Amino acid sequence: MSLAIVNGHVIEPTLGLSEPMDLLIDHGVLVKMGKNLRGDETIDAAGCVVCPGLVDIHVHFREPGYESKETIASGSRAAAKGGVTTVVTMANTNPVIDNAGMVEFIVRRARETACIKIRPAACATKGMKGEEITEMAELKEVGAVAVSDDGRDVTSSAVMRRVLQYADMAGLVCMSHNEDETLAEGGSMNEGFNSTILGIPGIPKAAEEIRIDRNIRLAELTGARLHIQHVTSAEGVQLVRRAKAKGLCVTCETAPHYWMLTDDAVKTFNSNAKMNPPLREPEDVKAIIEGIKDGTIDCIATDHAPHTPTEKAVEFALAPFGIIGLETSLALVITGLVEKGHLSLERAIALMTTAPSQICDLNAGILVEGGPADVAVFDPNAEWVVKAEEFASRSKNSPFLGMTLRGKVKCTICDGNVVYFAS
Amino acid sequence: MADLNPTVWTRKDLIGIEDLSREEIELVLDTAPQFVAVSKRESGIKKVPLLQGRLVVNWFHEPSTRTRTSFELAAKRLSADTLGITVAASSSVKGETLHDTLANIEAMHSDVIVIRHSCAGAPHILAANHDSHIINAGDGRHEHPTQALLDTFTMREHIRAQRNDPTAGLDGVKVAIIGDIEHSRVARSDIWALNKLGARVTLCGPSTLLPMHIERMGVRVTTNLKDAISDADVIYALRIQLERQQKGLFPSIREYIRLFRIDNDSLRNAPAHALIMHPGPINRDLELASEVADGPRSVILEQVSNGVAVRMAVMHLLVNFGGKRPQGVA
Repeated sequence: MSLAIVNGHVIEPTLGLSEPMDLLIDHGVLVKMGKNLRGDETIDAAGCVVCPGLVDIHVHFREPGYESKETIASGSRAAAKGGVTTVVTMANTNPVIDNAGMVEFIVRRARETACIKIRPAACATKGMKGEEITEMAELKEVGAVAVSDDGRDVTSSAVMRRVLQYADMAGLVCMSHNEDETLAEGGSMNEGFNSTILGIPGIPKAAEEIRIDRNIRLAELTGARLHIQHVTSAEGVQLVRRAKAKGLCVTCETAPHYWMLTDDAVKTFNSNAKMNPPLREPEDVKAIIEGIKDGTIDCIATDHAPHTPTEKAVEFALAPFGIIGLETSLALVITGLVEKGHLSLERAIALMTTAPSQICDLNAGILVEGGPADVAVFDPNAEWVVKAEEFASRSKNSPFLGMTLRGKVKCTICDGNVVYFAS
Repeated sequence: MADLNPTVWTRKDLIGIEDLSREEIELVLDTAPQFVAVSKRESGIKKVPLLQGRLVVNWFHEPSTRTRTSFELAAKRLSADTLGITVAASSSVKGETLHDTLANIEAMHSDVIVIRHSCAGAPHILAANHDSHIINAGDGRHEHPTQALLDTFTMREHIRAQRNDPTAGLDGVKVAIIGDIEHSRVARSDIWALNKLGARVTLCGPSTLLPMHIERMGVRVTTNLKDAISDADVIYALRIQLERQQKGLFPSIREYIRLFRIDNDSLRNAPAHALIMHPGPINRDLELASEVADGPRSVILEQVSNGVAVRMAVMHLLVNFGGKRPQGVA
């Protein structure tokens, strides 16, 4: 049975397409792109943009170990609702994903329960302890697409050097969480005037920048590929800009909250404004947007980090770090970047499809005849209010609750199956 | 009872000084003297029936003797019933959330909850979600509003006496706060209150104990004690926690004393009329020398006496004039 998506405006970054066009899908494959296509079934995408299914290379699906926060099944439904058809899951589950058996577990659970494509990252070091590197060649063979100890940095510079060298040999990108633990210790928010008046222990920007700098220097030393996760500060962006100017194989990502919010969001002690790295200051937001515009920041990734309402409904200092992001990311890109005139919609979609796909060699985020039918259909003008009860995620920890956003996913298709359809 | 105009008081809770107006602060300070008088009655009957039949719960997540006793006494002198919940006996160690514990207290029909907590913002998140009047008795490094009210009340009484002007305020009064500013909720609340009342605040302490951008609160900052106190009308010494030194925030008690202790020697650089204040408890001879703590300029014990009256004023205003929780607030 074939499915036609008609009357939409197709945006396809690899081909540079941005024009009215129909898609025809059959048996999970995108068989044709063109005009006046007809299928057994039809989705009318009038007024909507039709683009490759979005790619998010930084999510936490919490399975195994923390299934009350999220599972591979619930996380995949949240992704589908956000127009995302491929995600890279982080390895800080319980137990952590540091051996082939654990990667195979994720791959199997994904096959059994997920409605979108789950591509696991594995740990960079055994037990995520920062001491011994993992068996990266085998991890790759069974399906890992990156190595990362995300959630913490690799403390020892010598170990980090080996991680970069070995991952490069194994053909895996190393994704670094950049944090000097001694400077960040005890902190719950950005260190600055707001942390001073709120009396909340702060995390200085230097804690992140010192390690971005170190990890870049190790990438230079080893010649290895390095992807820097969740850049938040002006100086962090500048460090990456300089590394790129030098010609190093360095990429980086940022998350929507780092351009939508500042540490002012903490003033009400809202634990949904607590994440690591923390929300920064207005000059950093400006630099993040500048970095996105000039290409220093390669892609958008959400760091989707679910925590249950009970876990978050505690004293700010005791609340866990992290917010969910999959179901709001596209709307935050449109509302915060496209509507404000910082980015064209075409470029925004590239930052959420081809660009992240290339970083992890995912071969996703692309519309090509004969390729998999992973498609997102969204209305770039539709306004909606973010509501806790409407999240498909098991968790509701979003700082954007109550906010009116522009850009709403109407339909998500993965391997030809409609995995989300707005009612 | 004095004829005051409590119509400016519409608050349900006292969470911090930051969001109070000058008028609200002055209303508390103007309400306090009648309660000072209650405690000094010749009859010896130190009680008024303003909170009769009400339940005041002192819920302390951190050890405290002075503040807890002061609140308890204030409630009792207003004829309220009091209940104390302390850390050791509390449910937080059993895994119960703050909201659940408060819901249980409220199920017993509490009227006022006095909360001290080691985490900044704990009273704030409770006030937004519960019906009781919440009084912040100190939250982390954030605020300690009743301390600031009793401090400014004590300062104002002395300035009025010194100037022989019963209506004098704190406008232009110079206050030097000395010590560990970084970890001090007292300093933050005092800065807010003093700024709103027109005083001029100077902060002084080791550079490692001055928080980032504190000058943006509208205060002068120096690391030189002599410079800080040379024109001070009030010198306010903060308590130095010994564990700060153990964490490496300053090299030694010895060096702290050399640079920042208020003693007869350092006071030679201060005006003769300068008052000496301290929030207690004192580390005797560390931040404050005995000769000064016990000397004629010290008003430290008056702060304690005034604390009861100011807390009576706060409870009276909240219960008898305060507002209710806005409906529909999450």
